[in-house]
Parts: sequence; structure tokens; C-alpha cells
Amino acid sequence: MGYVAVKGGTIAIEESIKRLKYERLKKGVVLDIGRIEAGLRGLIDQVMSESSLYDETLAALAIKHAEGNLEEAVFLLRAYRSTLPRKHYSQIVNTKDMSIERRISASFKDIPGGQILGATTDYTHRLLDFDLMEETDEDAVNWLSAYEKEMLDEVDEKHFGKLPKVSDYLRKEGLFSECVMDNTEPDDVTRKSLTFPSTRSQRLQVLTRGQTGAVTSLAYAVIRGYGSLHPTVGELRVGYLPVYIDSPFHSFNREDDAYYIGEIKATEVEMLIPETVEIGDGKKEIKFEIGYGLCFGQNETKAIAMGILDNSLEKGNRDYPTGDEEFVLYHIDSVESTGFISHLKLPHYVTFQSKLDIVRKSKSKQEM
Amino acid sequence: MQIHYNFAFFDEGSKREIRRATLKAIAIPGYQVPFASREMPIARGWGTGGLQLTLSLIGKDDVLKVIDQGSDESVNAVNIKKLVMKTAGIKTTEETQEATIIQSRHRIPEIPLTEGQILVLQVPLPEPLRDYEPSEYNTKRLHAEKEYSGAWLMLFEQIMKYGHMASDFDHPVMVENRYVMAPSPIPRFDNPKMHYSKALILLGAGREKKIYAVPPYTKVVSLAFDDYPFEVESFEDKHCRLCGATGVYLDELFNEETGETYYQCNDTSYCLSRLNEQSESRGVQHG
Amino acid sequence: MDDLSNPVLSVKKLNKQFGPGCSQCGKADSAVLVKNFCPVCGTVYACRDISFDLYPGEVLGIVGESGSGKSTLMRQLYFDQEATSGEVYIRFYHDGKKNVLNESSQQKRYIRNHLMGKVYQNPLLGLRMNFSSIGNIAEKLIAAGNRNVGQMVLRGQVLLEEVNIPLFRMKEEPQKFSGGMQQRVQIAKALSNNPPILLLDEVTTGLDLSVQANVLDLIRNLQRELKISMIVVSHDLGVIRMLADRTFVMLEGKIIEQGLTDQILEDPQHPYTQQLVHSLL
Repeated sequence: MGYVAVKGGTIAIEESIKRLKYERLKKGVVLDIGRIEAGLRGLIDQVMSESSLYDETLAALAIKHAEGNLEEAVFLLRAYRSTLPRKHYSQIVNTKDMSIERRISASFKDIPGGQILGATTDYTHRLLDFDLMEETDEDAVNWLSAYEKEMLDEVDEKHFGKLPKVSDYLRKEGLFSECVMDNTEPDDVTRKSLTFPSTRSQRLQVLTRGQTGAVTSLAYAVIRGYGSLHPTVGELRVGYLPVYIDSPFHSFNREDDAYYIGEIKATEVEMLIPETVEIGDGKKEIKFEIGYGLCFGQNETKAIAMGILDNSLEKGNRDYPTGDEEFVLYHIDSVESTGFISHLKLPHYVTFQSKLDIVRKSKSKQEM
Repeated sequence: MQIHYNFAFFDEGSKREIRRATLKAIAIPGYQVPFASREMPIARGWGTGGLQLTLSLIGKDDVLKVIDQGSDESVNAVNIKKLVMKTAGIKTTEETQEATIIQSRHRIPEIPLTEGQILVLQVPLPEPLRDYEPSEYNTKRLHAEKEYSGAWLMLFEQIMKYGHMASDFDHPVMVENRYVMAPSPIPRFDNPKMHYSKALILLGAGREKKIYAVPPYTKVVSLAFDDYPFEVESFEDKHCRLCGATGVYLDELFNEETGETYYQCNDTSYCLSRLNEQSESRGVQHG
Repeated sequence: MDDLSNPVLSVKKLNKQFGPGCSQCGKADSAVLVKNFCPVCGTVYACRDISFDLYPGEVLGIVGESGSGKSTLMRQLYFDQEATSGEVYIRFYHDGKKNVLNESSQQKRYIRNHLMGKVYQNPLLGLRMNFSSIGNIAEKLIAAGNRNVGQMVLRGQVLLEEVNIPLFRMKEEPQKFSGGMQQRVQIAKALSNNPPILLLDEVTTGLDLSVQANVLDLIRNLQRELKISMIVVSHDLGVIRMLADRTFVMLEGKIIEQGLTDQILEDPQHPYTQQLVHSLL
């Protein structure tokens, strides 16, 4: 059945939507939201991070709805996000309060509090595990109870909990340039559109909402040659952050009146980037700058890449596209880039007719 | 899990913000007002700017018409109409005269709009100087200083290359002698319809996060040189195969069997109403 | 017709510093400064109390080594950069009664488009490399309000002929031209509105010697013909000797010596100028 793209649209759309549903259901098996939440942690974290909406169940629903298509799932959640009124702003979340599950530093072997490898694929062999083909829920339960027993036997003092930050240690040693505490109210790019020159809070927001692949690729360009940045992972931590809101019932807010509304899992990265600074008397010194990355969920590559781009944009060297804030910030959003690319599928007959008129005109002019 | 969407999709806070930007745009004709464009249930680039304007403006008594490429039945127009109906439950129409809000992509209807109507145009690239200057920071300054040599220079270059202005659609216009504006990708044929339009024209760019406006009875002049005047697409000696109309924007179609090229009104609702009139008057004759 | 003793351009106590300054360096001639650099806060004083007048039909040369502040001075005059302090008056703008440095950026644009032309050392700064050469000239005419294609093409052709660019190449983009040709297009562009003041910043630096001679000849002939007032900046005394009636020597952001060009060449006073002149011979 052919269709004329411009006319007879109503029926064509209805049929197309049916066909889409058929594709989702044709094997006669339905994905369970609970199973998505249980087994697709990586995808859920990525979807939450790119849609800037922290809700594992909604993310699972979006993944089901989109049949696992990442850009579509992010799109669904972002559109849903647009319908939600903003009722509260949380209190400042201090990442020193993170209850840590994983924490590493590539700069120091002995960091105060120690390295905690935690759950990571970094040291797995990427050999496809064919046993997983046969894995059952029962296997899972058995393995879990054994693992929990093993954990009880380990009388190790509990790793999980708050740990000092590596950057605090470096700051004490005087290895960072002085920076002043800045408590300016951050901008909110979802309420007021980005303007240039941008503020750092705007940049960090756009970066953390950025499409994982786009953020990673641009940061890769920075360290490969288009940016001459040589960063080290000062600290990468993954864990849970508690979120509090001010009490709506007390006009004068005291710390202990605040409401705890839950916790979010996040990845935080502080990249150390050496930089030459003038210290007076014509002398120079190498100090460290920080590139900062923070993402919802466990998104380590993206958080590191974000840290690299944060610093690259802070420096703003226009010799490289990755130092140009408009170039980076305008092009890394998933919903924007996929939307504009896909709009090319829309009919453009009227504009094409107009083009045709111009082509004919220039032809007839030349013939004369 | 049952979740109800708000009337016209947005929460009231978002609507208010978009309306504020719209009012500012009307107060400064042709000036691009930045706004915090929301993600919509249709893709960026598929009319989210227009849709946000429509949804923030629409009330229960409004009658909506949506066209894409001049057609009410085009897939994208239908899709947008469906979304507004679903979330606002308002009346839609294909009759241009009957509509209070007309959302359109790439065309301004053939039937002249009247006072009280609002035309919402979808805009992919709102910045008329973008090809000349890629940086937003710089183009904002150029607008502020009314420095539009770039817009004319691009036209000058076309004349040097092709012997005439070669902007096919989205030919830049000067609004009230102050702001150079992208009229959205309407054909040049539709540019003059903006000049002293009786209806309010709102333009929304969702992905680029800009709203701008041509209030009723505003001067809108297509950029041109003294010795190279602005020209619209020519459909000389052509007429619509169905209703016989001339002096309208025509689609060029091709008959596979006969190898013939023929023309048809691009504005389908205009064509249809003419056909109805003709059959009525024929009916009177015969009856 | 022109009152020859009435300057077309007057510069008074122009200062430009890069950096915030501090309590140590405070003033531009403070003793802490190493050359024109403050070792405490890192501030560079690029132009220090520059004052001079440019008279009608005069060619004023500014010579100095790189870093002496001469190109920075030119950037302040053409509003490419904002001056830190000082005053600049142009006879053709409000009868020379308004300090143009305090004008709005819209007015500064007007002055650039109508009253001045500038030729940069780097043609990338003065030309749009991917627009046609004739389009480049038209850009300046359009900016000054011209809306007639025929007139602009005619004017462009006259100018291109003047600078020896064959007319059959007028629709080509400068990126396809040699360095010397690019400079000649830049000169044509700068002259398009008959500006009373033309600024030339190291226009022959980086060109082959024969091409240099060619461009310098062109400038000298144009000057004679159009009686335009010019400021010519160069690190090369040879260029200055060929073009300038009167010359300043700049060092570390200051004018250290000035006078008729012949006088400076024959009887340099300042040790630095002496060194410069000797190296020429």
C-alpha cells in the first residue's frame, strides 16, 4: 500500500501506529516493568541521566514503550517532564555526604579512606557468557543467599559510608589555585533558555543532560588532540546522595525542619588538569584545575567526559571547536539533535517547489 | 498507574511563561525572544515551537486548524491536531475562515486572514543571519546594533553568482524598519501576505528556543535591492487542474502514465471550498 | 578647501592595559614595572598615554618592535578593542567635538563604516575569505547604506582596477588569491567609501619582497591621488621611509621619539631609535 505523504494522512497514521504495536507484541510475550528495573540497570541509568528525570520505574516504562530504543525512551521522559510543575527546589546536596559504593582515584594509590573498586565492568573479560542463556530466577535467589552469607562472614569494617574527598587533600597541600566560594543561585536551563556567554551552572546542566555518546565523543576529541588537555581522574565516586527540601511550613528554615524526600544514585568525577599559573615576580607554577562531572546513576564514562568538557569550556580556547561553548552546548542534547535530524523525513514539497522555481530561473537567465 | 495530563498538556506555570515571552514578542515586532522551550511529545524540528505557542494560547472556545505544506490532511498536521485534541479537547476545522488559531508549516493560507485570527508558524531556523555568522552571541549583537549588512551581502552574492536573488524560501524580511526576520520557510509567494496582515502572526522555534511575532497591521518588507526587486515564484499561465484557480501557489505533479506535468492548488482547503462553490452553482443551474 | 592646520584625528592620553592592575603598579609609569609589565599582578600596559594629531593628507608612520603597542593602538582607533582610557576626536564626526571612544557601539559602527578604513596584516581579519572579492567590497558599501547592486559593482570594478586585480576574477573568493592579491583586495575594500582616514597595520609583513614593493607603490600612488590621511604601522623602517611624512617611534607602549621621517632617519636621538636606524643601514 503506497501513501501520498501529504494527503490522506489520518488513516495512514492510524495504520502505522497499529503496525508499531504489532512489532512490539508480535512474539506474544510482554516485557515486565519489574524485570526491566531489575535487569537493565545500565540502560535505566543512561535514560534517567539524559532525560534529567530521576525515577527508575518511569524510566523502565519508557524503555518498554520505546522497545529499548534509547533516544525514543529519553524523548518520552523529557516530554513527560514538561508536564510536571516545579514544586520545590532541594537544599544544596553536598557530595561529601554520599554513601559510597565505589570510589577510585587514578592520581594517588593511597587516598585517605582507600580505593573501593565496587561494582564495575572495568576488570571483567568481555567474553560472552553463554550460561546466562539458561539463567533462572531460582539461580538468582540461590546465588544471592550465598553471597549475603559470605558478606556476613567478612567482619571487615564497613566500607560503605562517607569518605573525605581527594580534592580536599590536594587543597590542603596547596596544589590547587585558590577559588572563592561561589553561592550564587544557579541558573535553571529548563526554566530559562541558555544565553551566551553562559554561566558555569548552565554549562554543567547542559552537559549532564547531554547525550552520552555525544558528550563522550567531544571529550575524546579534547584529549586526543583537539584541545591539548591532559587530565587524570582525581576521584570518581558512585553512591547515593540524600535529598532534602526546606519545610514548606516554616518560613524561617532551620536545618532540622527539612524534609528528607529520598536518595538518588549518582556518579561524581573530579578530573585533575595541570595548568601553568602566574604567581608574581614573573614566576610561574604548575597547579591543578578541576573539571567537574556529575550524572544521575552509574554513568562513569559520561561523568569523566563531562569533567573534561567542563574544563575545556571553562578555558574557552576558540582554536578548537571543543572550546567553543556554542558549538558544544548547542549540539549535545539528544532530543534536539535527533529531532532535527529526523525532521528531514517530513515532506518539504513547498520549499522544494520554490527551489525548483529558482533553479529554472537561473537556467533561463543563462540561456539568455 | 493512571496519570492524567493537564489541559493543553502543560502545567499552568509553563503556559504562563510562554505567554509572557509571546507578549514580549508582540511588543517588539520581529525581535526573537528567547524562551525555555519545553520538550514536547512530538520531536524537536517537527513543529514543537508552533505547538508550544498553540497550547499556551488555546482556550476551550477556540477552533483550531493545522496545515503542513498547505494541507490539512498531511501526516504531520494530522498528528499535531490529534495531540491538541487529545489534551485540550477543542474543536478543529479545515475551513480557514472558521479557525481562531491556525498552526502552519511552510505556508500562509490563500484565503486572507482576518482580525482576531492568530496564525502560528513553525520555525526551524529563526536566525536570518546564521549563514553569515554562526555564533549566537555575535548575531544577537548584530541585531542590537541593527547591523544587517550580512543579510544584504548574502543576497548580493547570489546576484553575483546567479544573476538574480536565489533565496528560494525563507527570504528575509525587515519588520517595522527595525528587525530583520526569518519569515520561516514559507515560499517567497507568501512573504507579501505578512505585510499589514490583519491577523496576528506568531512564530515559534522549539529547538532554537525563540518566539517572535508580527502584530496585526505591521510593516513587513522583503529584503531587496533598488535595481533587483523582490520577486515571488511565478506560476504564469498555470492554473489548478481541479478548481482552475490562478494566482495561487501551485504544486507541480507528474502523471506517470501520460508523462504530463500538471498543477494543483497547494492549499487544499482553498481548492476544496472552490470546488464546492462550483458544484453548488452548477447545482443551481441544473436544478 | 581643507584647513590644513586642523587635525582630522586627534588622540589624547590613550591608555590600554591588559589585566586588572594592582596597588603596586597602580600608575602606568610606576617604578615596579619591568618594561611595561607588572610582575606582581601580571598586568601589561600596552599603550601608555599616547597623544598625537593626524593632519589632512598626511601619512603618519609608527615604527617599533613587536610588543611595542603599535598594533594595539590601531585596534583601539578602529574599535576592534576597547580602550582603557583616553580621548579620540575625528573632525568629520560632530565637528570633532565628541570623544568617539565614549560613543555607543552603534555609533562606533557608523564611524567604521563611513569615516575609516583599515587594512590588517592578516587578510583573514579584513576579508570574508569565502565571499566573492566584489562582494567583499560591496559589504562595506552596503554597511554604509548602499542598496543599488549596479552602483556597487561599478564602484567595486573601479577599485579593483585601481589595485590591479583583473576584473574577470572579481567574482572569485579571496581564498583563491595569493597573499599579495589578498592585500590588494583588502585595500580596495578599505577604500570603498572614500574614507578620510585609512589605517594600515603591517600590510606588507609576510609578503615576498617584490610583492611588498608592488603593494607599497600602490599605497603611495593611491595616497597621492586621493589625498587620504593615513596611519602606517610597521616594524620595518624601510616601509616607513617609503611612505611616511612624519614618524613616531614606539617602545614598551610609549612614544619615545617623533619628528619628520627624514629627521628621524638622519639624526635619531633616542638610543633605541639609533639602534633601529643603524640596523637599517
